[in-house]
Amino acid sequence: MTDKPFIDIRHAAKSYGALEVLKDISLQVRKGQIVAIIGPSGSGKSTLLRAINDLDPLTKGEVWLEDMQVNKPLPPRQYERHINQMRQQIGMVFQHFNLFPHLTVRGNITLAPKMLKRLTEAEANALAEKQLAHVGMLDRIDYYPSQLSGGQKQRVAIARALAMEPKVMLFDEVTSALDPELVEEVNLTMKKLAEEHMTMIIVTHEMRFAQDVCDRVLFMDQGVVVEEGPPEVIFRNPQHERTKNFLRKHLQGNAQ
Amino acid sequence: MTLDFTIVPSYFTLLLIGSGWTIAITAAAAVLSFVVGILFAVIALYGPALVRYPIRLFAWLFMGTPLLLQLFLIYFGLIQIGIDLPAFAAGVIGLGLHFAVYNSDIIQSGIRAVDKGQYEGARTLGLSRLQTIARIIVPQAVRSVIPPIGNNMIALLKDSALVSVIGVTELTLTAQLAISKTFHPFEFYLAAAVCYYVINLGLEAGLRHLEGRVQLSR
Ligand SMILES: Nc1ncnc2c1ncn2[C@@H]1O[C@H](COP(=O)(O)OP(=O)(O)O)[C@@H](O)[C@H]1O
Ligand SMILES: [Mg+2]
Repeated sequence: MTDKPFIDIRHAAKSYGALEVLKDISLQVRKGQIVAIIGPSGSGKSTLLRAINDLDPLTKGEVWLEDMQVNKPLPPRQYERHINQMRQQIGMVFQHFNLFPHLTVRGNITLAPKMLKRLTEAEANALAEKQLAHVGMLDRIDYYPSQLSGGQKQRVAIARALAMEPKVMLFDEVTSALDPELVEEVNLTMKKLAEEHMTMIIVTHEMRFAQDVCDRVLFMDQGVVVEEGPPEVIFRNPQHERTKNFLRKHLQGNAQ
Repeated sequence: MTLDFTIVPSYFTLLLIGSGWTIAITAAAAVLSFVVGILFAVIALYGPALVRYPIRLFAWLFMGTPLLLQLFLIYFGLIQIGIDLPAFAAGVIGLGLHFAVYNSDIIQSGIRAVDKGQYEGARTLGLSRLQTIARIIVPQAVRSVIPPIGNNMIALLKDSALVSVIGVTELTLTAQLAISKTFHPFEFYLAAAVCYYVINLGLEAGLRHLEGRVQLSR
């Protein structure tokens, strides 16, 4: 049963008009596995990630989380209820945080648990405190997002996603918008989650981080997974010319 | 006739009561215009065509015709179809709906300006479309448009004088009553103007306070 996929993407395809952004991608992720997706800009990494919680619906193909189909064909009303249910189980963190600026850190974290899981004020507060302590932001609980640094915002965004107790976490270039000195605190937070065996799919351009934290690396280019494998194979011994070229550029870029 | 301001103080209570009614009708119409303005804005941007088009027609009618005519229609016209409203209620509804249409336009632009990531962030947590609009999008949109909405509310205060023609004894009508007894129009219109000015100062101070409290920065 351990080799049964936790997330199962079957023949995912996505087009915008004539532009094929994803071309028949299949991907299985096991429970507790940590997958990095790397690749040049415009290769479809975000689109693939956002297809997992149906933020960008696929043109073709299926996405499964355990024994539930995320993008199950249903009439609109029922689908809305179904997808809201599914999304509660799929945490997502964005490049630009997407914190709610009119709410405090506490309000950001307690909103969804209170509304969707019917937690009481006290329960939701306890949950917020627990999650903030986890990302090292408890002392900022009554701040507004505008009063936080980028790294702090991103840690709050991670805490907000975790507060829904998701089965899997998706990260889309969550350190790309940060000043270099703030990247590490966010990476450390993700590392901590990795140590707790959270199932994670991480789109990143940080090769070192992918190497340190992930069990598996996918290299995407032009809407296909060109190559995938354990980090030591992908980074030390890539098979495809496109992977080699990409890594040559990026490992150099990281080294300076 | 010579100017004689000494007669104004004896009508002080009357003017005060008139000011009170002006404040009451402005406040009630402001609340109505705000709530309905949000409703119209949300329907205009997210509603199904079946409700969107009637609302658009309604907005177009309220923007394209005189407020005075609208007040007449609501107060005198509706009686014919069996709706007999008290003057105060007719005034609140007329002013409220008229300004709701203007507020709706402003709130729509506020909604459009909310970052798309806000919608995605909320939907990703599992909030429904409606929950996202109500708890994330509209609260931010409204905060960002408080200054222009405030300007509308100042216009509303001044336009509330129009309800005097359907017999609401607000400030303008009380001034007219004083004039009909004393035949001193200059003094009483001026006194009413001063009252409007003072109420306006209060309204502006209130709006500034509100702006300061809910200011949004990202
Ligand atoms: N809404 C859209 N309409 C049209 N093309 C899009 C849209 N979103 C993304 N694309 C295109 O899809 C391709 C993949 O985008 P994306 O998944 O964001 O790539 P990545 O995350 O790898 O940089 C790009 O060519 C991009 O221009
Ligand atoms: Mg991307």
